Amino acid sequence: MQRSLNIDPGKCTGCRQCEMACSYEKEGAFNPSKSRIKVFTFDAEARFVPYTCTQCAEAWCMQACPVDAIKVNLATGAKEVHADLCVGCKVCTIACPFGTINYNASSGKVQKCDLCEGDPACAKACPTQAITYVDSNWTGLDKMRAWAAKTDTGSHVN
Amino acid sequence: MHYVVLGAGPSGVVAAETLRKTDPNGSITLIGGENEPPYSRMAIPYVLTGKVQEAGTYLRKAPDHFAARGIEVRTNARATSLMPDNKRIDFADGSHLKYDRLLVATGARPVRPPIPGLDLKGVHHCWTLEDARNIIKLAEPGTHVVLMGAGFIGCIVLEALAARGVQLTVVEMGDRMVPRMMNPTAGTMIRRWCEAKGIRVLTGTRIKSLQNVAAEKSRGIFGFLKRKEPTVASDTLDVELDSGEMMAAHLVVVSAGVKPNVDFLENSGIKIDRGIMVDRYMRTSVNDIYAAGDVAQGYDFSTKAHDVHAIQPTASEHGRIAAMNMAGHNIQYNGSLQMNVLDTVGLISSSFGLWAGVDGGDSIEVVDNDNYKYLSLQFEDDVLVGGTAIGLTQHVGVLRGLIQTGTKLGPWKAKLKADPHRLMEAYIARTHLT
Repeated sequence: MQRSLNIDPGKCTGCRQCEMACSYEKEGAFNPSKSRIKVFTFDAEARFVPYTCTQCAEAWCMQACPVDAIKVNLATGAKEVHADLCVGCKVCTIACPFGTINYNASSGKVQKCDLCEGDPACAKACPTQAITYVDSNWTGLDKMRAWAAKTDTGSHVN
Repeated sequence: MHYVVLGAGPSGVVAAETLRKTDPNGSITLIGGENEPPYSRMAIPYVLTGKVQEAGTYLRKAPDHFAARGIEVRTNARATSLMPDNKRIDFADGSHLKYDRLLVATGARPVRPPIPGLDLKGVHHCWTLEDARNIIKLAEPGTHVVLMGAGFIGCIVLEALAARGVQLTVVEMGDRMVPRMMNPTAGTMIRRWCEAKGIRVLTGTRIKSLQNVAAEKSRGIFGFLKRKEPTVASDTLDVELDSGEMMAAHLVVVSAGVKPNVDFLENSGIKIDRGIMVDRYMRTSVNDIYAAGDVAQGYDFSTKAHDVHAIQPTASEHGRIAAMNMAGHNIQYNGSLQMNVLDTVGLISSSFGLWAGVDGGDSIEVVDNDNYKYLSLQFEDDVLVGGTAIGLTQHVGVLRGLIQTGTKLGPWKAKLKADPHRLMEAYIARTHLT
């Protein structure tokens, strides 16, 4: 059974443990600015929204890559950047309509969430279960997926 | 069913793969015009900088990738004519090929302006892997290099040449760098950055002629007076500018625009404007012939007109949609969004959609010259229709998302006009919190 990150903004307290865990797991440093998951704050409503790649089926980043550097991990379903193949052209960063694949100037490559090979550090670090790693069938990503479909570049006609 | 895909760039490769997925039984021939495996021109600058080897530009890495999918690849085959009545393509080597359905994805080639001396040794385009090999031989650290053209492609080449440590001068006839991607404010910011990095940038300047250095030396003192810098031993070319200045160079790279490869279609009856005209199903005006990528003048999401975009995401989308329709589906293209991202010696810029704005529209612009940061957003009512960013690399893709989904910003338009950097919040608020 394939699993996905399920994000429930209602449970997020804005503690940013996920950002710390992600940056440590991926960059070896507790540095939220290097995290691949970001918590957005809406002060007026006192709401927090953790946000990262949904591993969307359309895979805009993967489709746009000119050197086949983004591939699907068949075990996790994650779209992974292969740093040895990425040339740093950044086309994926403008192609992804969610803004969840970003250029890292220090590595000269792009980076995105890769689900930590099926054991995501953000979900483990979240103290309130705002981020959980669950069966894909019941993640709350439908809304985002519907939005992704709106960006779609081709539509079936009868 | 025999599908022929003419052109082995990104559009052709995506099309061939999509054809295979959609029609497991069809026979597929993918034809490249160069003597190379299918590769990506976009990756060539990174060969120049040494970041990747030539194999790093290959569109698919596994040597048996195409064979494993039952896609026959032919290379070094240049089409010379097309006869739709016979469903036959003729090639330069005298061979021919029949097709049932054809995709023309022959891309574009560089324009060679009518300037005397462009055929001299040491003058190259930067378009093919062969060009890259020639440039690598000449672009040694410290040598004088002149780049003609500071358009989008010119600027990508500029980045690579600068990284090779050459003494670089770029000559652009337009009034600013990347005039078709950046407005004057943003283009000027990029120019200032490049100049601070030691690149000489001449805008509003044309190259009048090129000649061998030896020929110019015979003019004695008058030739000498026109120079800002003395020639060095490695200089073989003299570049004469319309300002009267003479510049010596070891290498001249010509990046003066590209034009679609449509010459072989001359007597085919296929309707051609700036590129091959295609409808929203990627069909040309002739039955069973489709076109995709840089050669195609396709539907534009923003303008609702037809245009040649010549960008990677459009090439890939065109290829996919064309192939689906060739294989019997009925997919209407929603249109491609004009967008570009550029790295000029470390300064990253991008532009999306109607970045110059629309009549009766609304906009917000934030300029931070000291820190080389720029952001402009263009609205039509409460929908984002275009944008330009310099120095922004995080979440820049939401510009595309907001534009192409036509998301109504509601109260967030006023918030963005107060602070356009809240783009990502606006996007999340309007898609996740409503």
